[in-house]
Amino acid sequence: MSPPETVSAVQAVPGAVTQPASALDPMVPRAFRVEHVRREVKDVFSWQLRPLDGAAVQIAPGQFNMLYAPGVGEVAISVSGDCSDDSALVHTIRAVGTVTRAMAQLQAGAMVGVRGPFGSAWPIEAGYGKDVVFITGTVGLAPLRPLIYEVLKRREKYGKVIITYGSRGVDDILYERDLHTWRGRFDMDVNVTVHTAPTGYRGLVGSVAEAVNRSTFEGGNAIAFVCRSEALTLAAVRALQQRGMTTDCMYTTLERSMKCGIGFCGHCQFGPTFMCKEGPVYRFDTIERLFAIREL
Amino acid sequence: MQRTKVKPKLAVWKFSSCDGCQLSLLDCEDELLAVAGAFEIAYFLEATRAQTRGPYDVSVVEGSIANLHDIERIKKIRAESKALITIGACATSGGIQALRNFGNYEAFVRAVYARPDFIEGLATSTGIADHVKVDYELRGCPVDKRQLLEVLSAFLNKRAPRVAPHSVCVECKLGGAICVMVAHGTPCLGPVTHAGCGALCPRHDRGCYGCFGPAEGANPASLSRHLAQLGLGERELAELYRSFNANAEPFRKEGAAHDNE
Amino acid sequence: MLTQSNGVAAKVAQRPAEVIDRAGLGALISLLQSDGYRVIGPQVGDGAIVYETLASADDLPAGWLDEQSPGHYRLVRGPDAAVFAHTVGPQGWKRVLFPPRQTLWEGERDGSQFSIEPAEIEAPPTVLLGVRACELAAIAIQDRVFLEGAYVDAGYAARRAALFIIAVNCARSTSTCFCVSMQTGPKARTGYDLALTELCGGGRHDFVIEAGTERGAEVIERLERRAAGPEDLAAAAAAVERAASTQTRAMPPDAEGILKANLESTHWNEVASRCLNCTNCTLVCPTCFCSTVEDVTDLGGDHFSRERRWDSCFTLDHSYIHGGSVRREGASRYRQWLTHKLAHWHDQFGSSGCTGCGRCVAWCPVGIDITAEVAAIAAAAPAAPKDKR
Repeated sequence: MSPPETVSAVQAVPGAVTQPASALDPMVPRAFRVEHVRREVKDVFSWQLRPLDGAAVQIAPGQFNMLYAPGVGEVAISVSGDCSDDSALVHTIRAVGTVTRAMAQLQAGAMVGVRGPFGSAWPIEAGYGKDVVFITGTVGLAPLRPLIYEVLKRREKYGKVIITYGSRGVDDILYERDLHTWRGRFDMDVNVTVHTAPTGYRGLVGSVAEAVNRSTFEGGNAIAFVCRSEALTLAAVRALQQRGMTTDCMYTTLERSMKCGIGFCGHCQFGPTFMCKEGPVYRFDTIERLFAIREL
Repeated sequence: MQRTKVKPKLAVWKFSSCDGCQLSLLDCEDELLAVAGAFEIAYFLEATRAQTRGPYDVSVVEGSIANLHDIERIKKIRAESKALITIGACATSGGIQALRNFGNYEAFVRAVYARPDFIEGLATSTGIADHVKVDYELRGCPVDKRQLLEVLSAFLNKRAPRVAPHSVCVECKLGGAICVMVAHGTPCLGPVTHAGCGALCPRHDRGCYGCFGPAEGANPASLSRHLAQLGLGERELAELYRSFNANAEPFRKEGAAHDNE
Repeated sequence: MLTQSNGVAAKVAQRPAEVIDRAGLGALISLLQSDGYRVIGPQVGDGAIVYETLASADDLPAGWLDEQSPGHYRLVRGPDAAVFAHTVGPQGWKRVLFPPRQTLWEGERDGSQFSIEPAEIEAPPTVLLGVRACELAAIAIQDRVFLEGAYVDAGYAARRAALFIIAVNCARSTSTCFCVSMQTGPKARTGYDLALTELCGGGRHDFVIEAGTERGAEVIERLERRAAGPEDLAAAAAAVERAASTQTRAMPPDAEGILKANLESTHWNEVASRCLNCTNCTLVCPTCFCSTVEDVTDLGGDHFSRERRWDSCFTLDHSYIHGGSVRREGASRYRQWLTHKLAHWHDQFGSSGCTGCGRCVAWCPVGIDITAEVAAIAAAAPAAPKDKR
């Protein structure tokens, strides 16, 4: 392996044609070791990855990396760990396709490739002075977790902090340990609501929209971060609007096919945007019109 | 990644077919040793008399289901196989022998065989997936040997095979071949046909015959309207779609649309 | 440095146009070859004009014309021995700068470790001879995609920097040309080292030659030539004017606005009933840049590589995510192609993605014409608002 010499190898390097190809080519992965594998819920696991070159890793909440399983392929996965740790990366992966299923087979110690970071980040400072509402469900909590960590690190800068987490059942609640810790804090509300639950379940049962309705936040002075499937995102937006929020205070992250992460392959287009450049995090009012169009 | 030392067991099965597809595997001269090294060849009558009992890690199936006995046999093979890959037009859509599906089967049998009463065939020839679950279908009449190796390689490496379902046109354009239909007026099924042959015919100034069956999103109705403008009559259009993949749905439907007899 | 033929052009002191004859064109090719360039130019191949490496000027398609209309292309004999009387061939220069297949890197496994070596970039010094105005525009558009964004495509950059571009002003249009309406041609304005205008007939076969860069001017210095007279310049201007005035096809004005206002037009379904989903329009388009990557392994899995190849928004795989393709309907895929090319390209790269070369019109097997589709969408709109977003 000829690892990139500096972290800047994965950053934009305008006019850096004089550097050796390996150091500047954003299409060439950097080698990382899988340091730890955590089984989260069924089909979902998290990797802690450490770069072999020992250089720092840089990524912001909301951004993604292209993760590569040797000989199998590459997938775009949002960062899901604490971004202030520049020595390691955490990614949470659901094994649903050929590449992610192959990744699920890898053990701690395996070497994988990483390209990135790519894409837009959650605007951490946009919520200063406002109530903060996170709306997510199942694995959607993964791209939001780094942002939640950042918000809690500077908790005093925000008003109320509310997490509304929807789950299909009681067995696929992601990061239960984090949710438990957060729920124990006096300075935030955590509403976990499940769609179906066994008899005797003592938590909330019902839709995320209902949970939003019950939450106590000031719609006129709030910011919302939504990470759900596209169909459920719209339901979340409607619920927030009913609480008096406007779409310029709502942010969401979307998913499209990604082959390069740097705007060359054309696959991730969403209307006039490239999801790897303008996305994956969008302020909702900027895509509201596109969002309504089928199969765009 | 830990690699097990035990080689996966490979079986190659033949149903109603010409053997051409499994011969493609033997035709992989340079790579054949690598295949033999990577797999335990448990059943492959074209290659070896040695037979190992199931279960098999991967069964490669050639040929169509054309008689009652075939149905029983494919069910048994499926039950003994972890992965089942069909190869070729016969196994994926019934093959050239599926032309019987559009005629009078009894009359064919009487015309061809001296003792029709010995023949226990089905009135239709159909692909394997019509009868059992298939994990992967490789197209072609015959299959392309590089694609066959690619599928086996992908199986071994647990990745998606690089077998794109797009049209033959993509292969013409990647290879820099000039479109025979636009530049020469040659009728060509390339725009509705699944890639895989490397645009063999168009690269030799012939129109595509559709050996690999329908491409994803194929729109043969639009192509037929254009071919009619190039001078093809209804009968010629029907026959164009009724060859090796006559029973593959988009081709079957388009052939029927022009069959006025 | 990368866009020598682009950026520097404006700084070249206006050098008066000069004239070389047919032998002079041959000398120009030989001279550049002896300087170490491979010269890629038009020649006849498989019944079409193809851009391939030339051994000499004798390989040029002397006396050939192309007849093009929707879904139709034929080479026919022309009235004279002109070598550039044809218009654009099926293959653009995209093949040179953005090859259909590229190996990105190769890897090797060693237990749980693996190593990756980036593929070597091949960028031999190359002359593109006979680049038309619409094709110069296409190269400029791909420059914006691969060189002028946040990331630089190293392979494209190297190949681009190795180019010497000889433009040819069109003296003829075919029925599929619409560069006038896209304001890209038929005269080359910028982005070339040398520009030629062929003057053939009436007993003469000459080329008016103009420099667009200093190095272009240096090459002219080494040729046998004479100063262009008023009659040469008038003949050259008339030739280009003829190409412009005989153009019959045009993109409707404000295609961007029309498409953005009609993303849900019923016409998308109508065009989908004709569209073959064959991808030809996107693959012949000189600006389409979509690509996919494929992982290649040997049977043992210890050697692997990653390859990049041309892709098209007409494939289902293009928009595939877990659960299925985003654009399942043919209508959605056609809409993606047309709205990206003519509307959203403006947001992404500051210009239309169309240069009016007409390749997608001619090489669509069933002759779907993007100019007609835009017009039909405008006509089908209830009352097209001038909404830009």
